[in-house]
Amino acid sequence: MMLTKILPAFVLFAALAVAQASEYYVIDTKGMHAFVTFKVKHLGFSWMEGRFDRFSGDFTYDQENPANNRVRVEIDMASIDTNHAERDKHLRSERFFDVQRFPKATFLSHTWKDLGGGRARLEGHLTMRGITRPVALDVHEVGAGKDPWGGFRRGFAGTTVLHLSDYKMKEAFVLGPAAEDIRIWVSIEGVRQ
Amino acid sequence: MHWRNDPTHYGLVSILLHWLMAALIVGLFALGKYMVGLDYSHPWYLVAPDLHRGLGVVLALLWVSRLIWRLANPRPEILGRPWERRLALWVQRVFYVLIPALALSGYLITTAQGQPLWVFGWGRIPATLYGIAHQEDIAGRVHEWLADGLIALAGLHALAALKHHFIDHDSSLRRMLRPGQPPPRSDS
Repeated sequence: MMLTKILPAFVLFAALAVAQASEYYVIDTKGMHAFVTFKVKHLGFSWMEGRFDRFSGDFTYDQENPANNRVRVEIDMASIDTNHAERDKHLRSERFFDVQRFPKATFLSHTWKDLGGGRARLEGHLTMRGITRPVALDVHEVGAGKDPWGGFRRGFAGTTVLHLSDYKMKEAFVLGPAAEDIRIWVSIEGVRQ
Repeated sequence: MHWRNDPTHYGLVSILLHWLMAALIVGLFALGKYMVGLDYSHPWYLVAPDLHRGLGVVLALLWVSRLIWRLANPRPEILGRPWERRLALWVQRVFYVLIPALALSGYLITTAQGQPLWVFGWGRIPATLYGIAHQEDIAGRVHEWLADGLIALAGLHALAALKHHFIDHDSSLRRMLRPGQPPPRSDS
């Protein structure tokens, strides 16, 4: 009896203690100070760059104990934009991203390895086309501080390389071996809540 | 030479426009179905859509000329029973609506993100309506439906022409093949 009364209170207290140490940020996608971009080689001749225009996410940041840092991002796959309507139509089709069946991609981090000097290795899982793969990003803090409008912001940039063949797109093979490595660059600015 | 239509016969201009557009419509349909299935590394992957766009613009221009020509000329009386005449007239009208709708939906695919539509190497049509969410996907689906509808209707139109020629033994088909007075038929 006693335990059932005390335990929830204890859990709540612990949660509050953690919450106090770590700051909670929402990625500023309203003011669009965040970008999810990719580039892939076109036949090995040049880089083709694109981005996802709609996504949302949040993260926690713990100055004392950065291992607690967590990042969560959800991407609307239909918002792919490579500045070429017919190419985007192909990429959204069932030949590639199949956005009808798989409208969202999600990234959930589980480990933040602080490397010092504002650098870190962020490990997590990316689920895209219903396929979940471990992903590690090299992250660095770009800056943090008070913004001119009374808020507090903190921003990071991160890079990683994904492998096209991991995501089993029906016609990925037609892009050739030069398109196997997809370079990801993301920049996120969080507004502290 | 009979250039213009009269109340019973088609003139040369109408006949040429009819067959040129018929060939373009069938050709564009086949090319369209063919090109969307092409592999990225296929030699025709870039050429086929360019050709489709260019010929599509040619078809749209022919449609404009044909509309003007039709309004400026008498329309030869449609042959057949009253319901056949009514149906034929409506099929013609739907053709007149479907063709520009196809041209417009095709244009909205290519120009969905503000890029112009190139007409062969000759020139380009700038984008006017673009940036609508999923514009290229919606316009693409509409374009395909309209194309399927147009071809089905063209098939019906062709069957009807053959029926008039072989069953009714009237001059519906012959007068679309030869301008002016058709030679009298001996077997009817």
